[in-house]
Amino acid sequence: MQTFEYTIRDALGIHVRPAGLLVQQAQKARSSVTLAVRRGGDVETASLKRLFTLMQLNIRAGETVFITVDGPDEAETAPALEAFLRAHL
Amino acid sequence: MRVLQGEGVSRGMAWGTLKLVRRGTTPVPRYEAKVPEEELRRFHTACGEACRQLDQLAEDSQAHLGEEQAMLFVIHRMMLVDPDFMDCVESLIVGEGRNAEAAVEEAGNHFAGVFEAMEDDYMRERSADVRDIARRVIRILTGETYQPLEGPGPFILAADDLAPSETASLDRDKVAGFLTSSGSSYSHSAIFARTMGIPAVVKLHESLPADCQGQLVYLDGGTGQVWLAPDDRTAEDLQQRAEAERHRKAWLEQFRGQAVHRGDGTRLMICANIGSPEDLPAVLEERADGIGLFRSEFLFLGREDSPGEEEQFDAYRKVLSGMQGKPVVVRTLDIGADKQASHMDLPREKNPAMGLRAIRLCLARPKVFRTQLRALYRASAYGNLSIMFPMIASVDEVRRAKALCQEVQEELAAEGIPFHRDVPLGIMIETPAAAIISDLLAQEVRFFSIGTNDLTQYTLAIDRQNPACEPFSDRHHEAVLRLIRHTVESAHRAGIWAGICGELGADLSLSQFFRDIGVDELSMSPGSILEVRAQLLKDGADNQT
Repeated sequence: MQTFEYTIRDALGIHVRPAGLLVQQAQKARSSVTLAVRRGGDVETASLKRLFTLMQLNIRAGETVFITVDGPDEAETAPALEAFLRAHL
Repeated sequence: MRVLQGEGVSRGMAWGTLKLVRRGTTPVPRYEAKVPEEELRRFHTACGEACRQLDQLAEDSQAHLGEEQAMLFVIHRMMLVDPDFMDCVESLIVGEGRNAEAAVEEAGNHFAGVFEAMEDDYMRERSADVRDIARRVIRILTGETYQPLEGPGPFILAADDLAPSETASLDRDKVAGFLTSSGSSYSHSAIFARTMGIPAVVKLHESLPADCQGQLVYLDGGTGQVWLAPDDRTAEDLQQRAEAERHRKAWLEQFRGQAVHRGDGTRLMICANIGSPEDLPAVLEERADGIGLFRSEFLFLGREDSPGEEEQFDAYRKVLSGMQGKPVVVRTLDIGADKQASHMDLPREKNPAMGLRAIRLCLARPKVFRTQLRALYRASAYGNLSIMFPMIASVDEVRRAKALCQEVQEELAAEGIPFHRDVPLGIMIETPAAAIISDLLAQEVRFFSIGTNDLTQYTLAIDRQNPACEPFSDRHHEAVLRLIRHTVESAHRAGIWAGICGELGADLSLSQFFRDIGVDELSMSPGSILEVRAQLLKDGADNQT
């Protein structure tokens, strides 16, 4: 299992376009990819392979997301996703 | 009678019975599905078709409307195949016994509702996207396009805007013109109308009166004027104008496919510019002498990954075999500057027009370039291929590109894959540098094609994309014309051919000039071919008498 966290800088948050690209990237992985965000006392999670689920979380600028990659190709997937987040969000 | 004003986007006079197209009026069919497997199968087939439509829309938008618009369709496609949406529809079919149409509608409403409930304005807007996707799938399921046109026609179709799927499926024999209240010169219906040669007016300044359905309407796709229920005198007048127009069209027809010759009796080729295999029908219809410019970058735009060797091979092969031995010039990847592909991770540049683009990018990333060259050489076995490198500024770049071609050929030969060993290699002349040293470059290649748009921008140092500079731009600037002449002369001294593939190629006021200086080939959008032929053949006839 690999985890990392990232704080969203894009003013629009994870809006539809990067969300789409992010999901596309995650869908390529054989590992499971989950995103979690802490809100108040709760932790909300979503599969990064599901666009609607991710968009419903409506992640805003300044929020920190925790990404967990678990599976056979986690070693390549996690850095690739992190690089994507850095480049686009 | 009422006279309305809009924006003319496809020239010509048209008249007919006004047919208002209203959408979403038919209720979605609902019935209890006896065999859920059958409904699942229908749903999946419809999704496949919807994906295909959306891919096409993305590609068309990329070519005509830009990255932003294209991305919208890419997102639509992603939403459609998203497991959340799929699961929801499938569980309605399997669990609740819904028919496919009803399940898609309910799933669409459900997800649209989720977005509508969100606080964020931006996210609320997305509900429209979801409904749009659901409607598309339902339309495919029910086979509905738009209400069939009853009666003999001709009809003028009027709508808020016409969706590409609607324009593509309409009965062309009955539709004489388009009239839309929104849209622009770049909207799909406008582009479609021009491609089909149907007059069209968009952006009507005022809305159509409620009782306009079925009225007689005239429209002028040049001036953007629309006459609703004209009185007899006006109608007669308009009829005459339409008649004159029709005569001109008929007169043009005699030139279709006719060979154009230069003063010394040699052939001046009139070729087509294309962006994908989908443009082939128009090329064949216009009887082009060949394809002078296949902009291969359109295969790379509006998508999330680079097309692989197989996909590219397939596209090139289709075009080559479709042209049945006529010459096809494929320009290698011309990405960068105004054409960005997100999947290539190109760094932002301060001055992209002068940045890492086209051949520079290809030489900097030989892997992408090599894949394309492999696909091209493999396709060379299927027709009359020439390969052209864009944005050349120095001899060294040409040599490096040629060396890569050589390597690719050796690779294919070693793998025992068939290809044509003598594919002519040529270059775009679009930097002043290339035009000035065209004598040296002519020693390296078999042909030149002059890209006048960039050549003008770089020669005059005027940004093509900055409207504020437009008053200073002179399309016929002597500097550009001299560079063109010099390039053609250099080519001929070295015994190679030179063509023109930029917008000037279709500039009727320059056709005669190009013929006089000995240009070997003019390449342009398929829709311009007939006019250019007429211009050159008419002049030729005049000269003989």
